[in-house]
Amino acid sequence: MEKRFVYADNAATTKVSKAALEAALPYFTEIYGNASSIYSLGMNSARAVMKARQQVANAINAKSGEIYFTSGGSEADNWAIKSAAEVQAKKGKKHIITSNFEHHAVLHTVDHLAKNGFEVTYIPVDEFGLVNPEDVKNAIREDTALVTIMFANNEIGTIQPIKEIGAICRERKVWFHTDAVQAIGNVEIDVSDMNIDMLSLSGHKIHAPKGVGALFVRTGIGLPNLIHGGAQERTKRAGTENVPSIVALGVAMEEACRDIAGKQAKISVMRDKLIENLLKIKETRLNGDAKKRLCGNVNISFRGIEGESLLLSLDLEGICASSGSACTSGSLDPSHVLLAIGLPHATAHGSLRLTINEDTTEEDVDYIIEKVNTVVAKLRAMSPLWERICKTEGISD
Amino acid sequence: MIYSEKVMDHFANPRNVGEIENADGIGEIGNEKCGDIMKMYLKIDGGIITDVKFKTFGCGAAVATSSMATELIKGATIEDALKLTNKAVVEALDGLPAAKLHCSVLAEQAIKAALWDYYSRQGIDPLPIVGELHEHCEECSIG
Repeated sequence: MEKRFVYADNAATTKVSKAALEAALPYFTEIYGNASSIYSLGMNSARAVMKARQQVANAINAKSGEIYFTSGGSEADNWAIKSAAEVQAKKGKKHIITSNFEHHAVLHTVDHLAKNGFEVTYIPVDEFGLVNPEDVKNAIREDTALVTIMFANNEIGTIQPIKEIGAICRERKVWFHTDAVQAIGNVEIDVSDMNIDMLSLSGHKIHAPKGVGALFVRTGIGLPNLIHGGAQERTKRAGTENVPSIVALGVAMEEACRDIAGKQAKISVMRDKLIENLLKIKETRLNGDAKKRLCGNVNISFRGIEGESLLLSLDLEGICASSGSACTSGSLDPSHVLLAIGLPHATAHGSLRLTINEDTTEEDVDYIIEKVNTVVAKLRAMSPLWERICKTEGISD
Repeated sequence: MIYSEKVMDHFANPRNVGEIENADGIGEIGNEKCGDIMKMYLKIDGGIITDVKFKTFGCGAAVATSSMATELIKGATIEDALKLTNKAVVEALDGLPAAKLHCSVLAEQAIKAALWDYYSRQGIDPLPIVGELHEHCEECSIG
């Protein structure tokens, strides 16, 4: 096939949509007033922020007064978890429940609290990356301050039983936070029906710009201030609003959540084609659950090769993808998510994550399949590890 | 993280990939848990490395350093090959990101391991000539 450019890393970030960009542009040069100013130029900015807040709220069945704009998902996670800890500690509650394969924005925040007097229970996930709600139920104690479990995993795409976990938390009157950064726009989310108390989301995963996100906080939870100063975000997060990005986020949320079922139907067919065909390559495995996974997520491990080489080789063919290998994680250990589902180090090093979306075409899928085959064969041919695997396990090269 | 153009060139078009039948020395270094293994094959004639091939399981930097190291020692004397430092390999590649410097140590060690094998085969104690081998990268805590 002729060389083409295929962006298959939408879980890392997405292209800003035309509608989000066009909605944001006037707020740079025409309606540039400070949303706190009293003249109409300022009020028009304030109106735009108000509209975006409503758009975000509508997409998850929340009230606009429950939405706080942030700089992104990590800030929302930090704010939610540290706030819950601060508020609950005053009531003597210093126990947090989370899973062992959360995003680092959650894990490292919880680690920080653990170093400061909090006790943490890490719920293990099963081999497919699923949290058992019963485990959450059994872990809840009198002094549990917060349960924080991600909605869908960023690496292997596993979708957690959030509604069940929410029901358990509500029954036991424990606050429940979920990092929904990967789930937004890919899974129907109703914070009321699912008994979610706090939810983090990020704009750039759903075609809004980088640097904007939101935190949903249920009315009644007294959220402490994140940034002290002016009266922005109901005094809780001071600082002049990033109006263009907030406007884009509102539009992007509306677009992303408009027809989730239709999007799922279209994208999951391509996802399954990718999985089915890539698994035909010998000595490969699918990471994550085959069914309970995000419609655009493919995560496969190839034995005998290393992830970063795979990504660099695919990049030479025009394909953008991601891996959980140590070399791409910036540390010497491979992805904590892949280790949490029980993969040996060597298999985790050889993982490939492809995250497709509504812009992906059938031709892109065919191109990916062809090139992954070529690249895996090339890397295996020069791998002493593959040579050893073939020899010791009697696999024909 | 940014790789230099030279690193990308050696990754995309690695020199001297493969095996040497009837090699005079073969060395393997690293382990699968750490995510990189290098295997070096040497053909030696009259104290000169007349041919060298490698196979590497590892990241882009591991492949590029293997490739560059083979270029640097091909045609060299054993003495010169033993003097090859990871620093020289890194410099020849116009630098490596800090997190990748340990890969260059592996390349240096793989050559030493192959020469260790070369002397062992002839019944000569390699230790005084080659020096101690570091089986695992020192930075790797899980080895």
